[in-house]
Amino acid sequence: MKVRFTLRSSMPWWRGPMLMGAAALVTFLISAIVIRWAGGSPFAAARYMFISPLQSKFGLTEAVLSATPLVFTGAAVAIAFRAGYWNIGAEGQLLAGTIGATLVGINAESLPRFVGVPLILLSGMLFGAFWALSPALLRTRLGIDEVVTTLLLNPVALLLITGLLNGPWRNTETGFPDSDVIADSTKLWIIWPDTRVHFGLAVGVVIIGLCWWFVGKMSGGLKLRAVGLAPGAARIAGLPVERTLLATALVSGAIAGLGGASEVAGVAHQLTTGISNSFGYTGVIVATLAALSFIGTLFVALLFGVITVGSFSASRALQIPSTIGELVQAILLLTIVSALVIKKYQVVWTRSKSQVRD
Amino acid sequence: MIDITQEIIGSSLRIATPLALAALGELVTEKSGVLNLGIEGIMYGSAFVGIATAAQTGSLSAGLFAGFITGAVAGLIFAFATVTLGVNQHVAGLGLTLFMISFCNTANRIIFTSDGGQVRVDPWQPFNFGGPIFSQYWMTYATFLIAVPFTWWLLWRSGLGLKIRAVGENPEAADVAGIGVAKTRYTAIIIGSLLMAAGGAFITLAFVGTFTINIINGRGWVALALVIFGRWKIGRLLAGAALFSVVNAGQLQLRLLPSFSDVPFEILLALPFLAVIIGLAVSGRNVPYPGAYLKPYKRL
Repeated sequence: MKVRFTLRSSMPWWRGPMLMGAAALVTFLISAIVIRWAGGSPFAAARYMFISPLQSKFGLTEAVLSATPLVFTGAAVAIAFRAGYWNIGAEGQLLAGTIGATLVGINAESLPRFVGVPLILLSGMLFGAFWALSPALLRTRLGIDEVVTTLLLNPVALLLITGLLNGPWRNTETGFPDSDVIADSTKLWIIWPDTRVHFGLAVGVVIIGLCWWFVGKMSGGLKLRAVGLAPGAARIAGLPVERTLLATALVSGAIAGLGGASEVAGVAHQLTTGISNSFGYTGVIVATLAALSFIGTLFVALLFGVITVGSFSASRALQIPSTIGELVQAILLLTIVSALVIKKYQVVWTRSKSQVRD
Repeated sequence: MIDITQEIIGSSLRIATPLALAALGELVTEKSGVLNLGIEGIMYGSAFVGIATAAQTGSLSAGLFAGFITGAVAGLIFAFATVTLGVNQHVAGLGLTLFMISFCNTANRIIFTSDGGQVRVDPWQPFNFGGPIFSQYWMTYATFLIAVPFTWWLLWRSGLGLKIRAVGENPEAADVAGIGVAKTRYTAIIIGSLLMAAGGAFITLAFVGTFTINIINGRGWVALALVIFGRWKIGRLLAGAALFSVVNAGQLQLRLLPSFSDVPFEILLALPFLAVIIGLAVSGRNVPYPGAYLKPYKRL
């Protein structure tokens, strides 16, 4: 007996949703084992994780707040992946964005707010794009694979932040390794009164809309998709493949950097080494689960926001570790990605070796 | 001064041990044409499972064995996803890393830290053959005296190594020549994962004797950088590991001096990553990537 996978020629309409359901079920089963082990009820945990944040204004707005950075990193990863540019560096680009934002934020006293806010966001964007520049140039000029180069710049950005916070940016009042609080003129507006939901969310939603409109509706977006789907054919057709990749990589970095600025100017109001809770890496999960669709990215980011907040309430209510939320997200990625691939193939069992040779 | 130099060389060897093990593992994997970004997660997983088992059984060897099992299982999952199913290697690898880290952090809280405690074992002690340089853990000796020559022999002198390099360079040709591409890649991924697991277990079972959140702290990514910095050659890979470890050990010594306490040494720790980027830029188009790097192979 031997197992083979062959491409599926046709498939019934219900196969896709069925596989997604199966992936969700497997995720639940694996998580349930861990939750049981922790001494909680899996069903209660699921209710706390997915439903309870939606039942109170506080839960809902905190979920939206947690989703905000993922909207940016998800969009950054999605647009790069659509062009076939495997940017694994959204984490570093977001961190670079927080550096750019802090640089403006702690030096921008006595500016009017309508100048300070665009300035801090712009600075974050520029730093994010700058962080994406060298891997993009190595890829487009020298053909050096971008997966590892973008990834390796992530720890560099974190080390740079640690260095800055232990050195020149050490807090002048407390002496702790976190920066001074940024100027009031650069803090983002609260857009949902009496909550922490800030202007960054609106920017993120606009970015999602722009990406969807550009990639889906504009001729430049068509080029981007063509380069992603068939770079060889795109080159023969006379499309500027390298230029498209370079531009996409920089836009991707800028979006991630904007996400970093949004965190500094919207929530933390200072730079700390823990400013990013792996938002860039989670962005890869978010974009992948959304099958690289921008609207989908928005919804998956919101779902992840709900899971993040929900895992804290589950943790409090059931005395289980709050890290269960991250675990559910990681398992969901592995099962959904497998389901997406299995959808394309069918399993063939063959009896003897002679039948395998074709 | 001689004391300090010996101190630095001695501690460099300790720092280099997990990096060298993990980098050797990544090298074997990449030579078969597969990039395993699960490296950080596999090290994390075996570091945790290793010490958890050692704490429960009271045996460090049992802990190391459990670390190996963790590495093998993680490697098997990664191989199934990337070789059998053909999932994007970077997505599957990152997914594995995130899974291992979140799983271990969760398990750590369930078993050890729920009542505010922390897992501790009496770690392996260094064997002292005289002087700070030759006072090392057995795993450090084993790494440089056994794992390094073994990996070199495996990749460049054994029949399996020839197959691994063949499927990494040109899987179509290897397939036609009768080499099982999937089987060879599974083997390479699992051998690689075992080496990564050894690196992770070394940190908890020998180096520190406890487990804290973020214990691997990017060492997997350093190892990944070393493979490229070493241009997929063991000698250069070890030279890179030595260089990084000496810089790292040196800054740890300098940090102890009051006049250096405010210097941001983090910049030095970023050197291996920057060295890779600069090195790639300088080598230009002559980077000797394995021919089938990142490409899944499917015969349809």
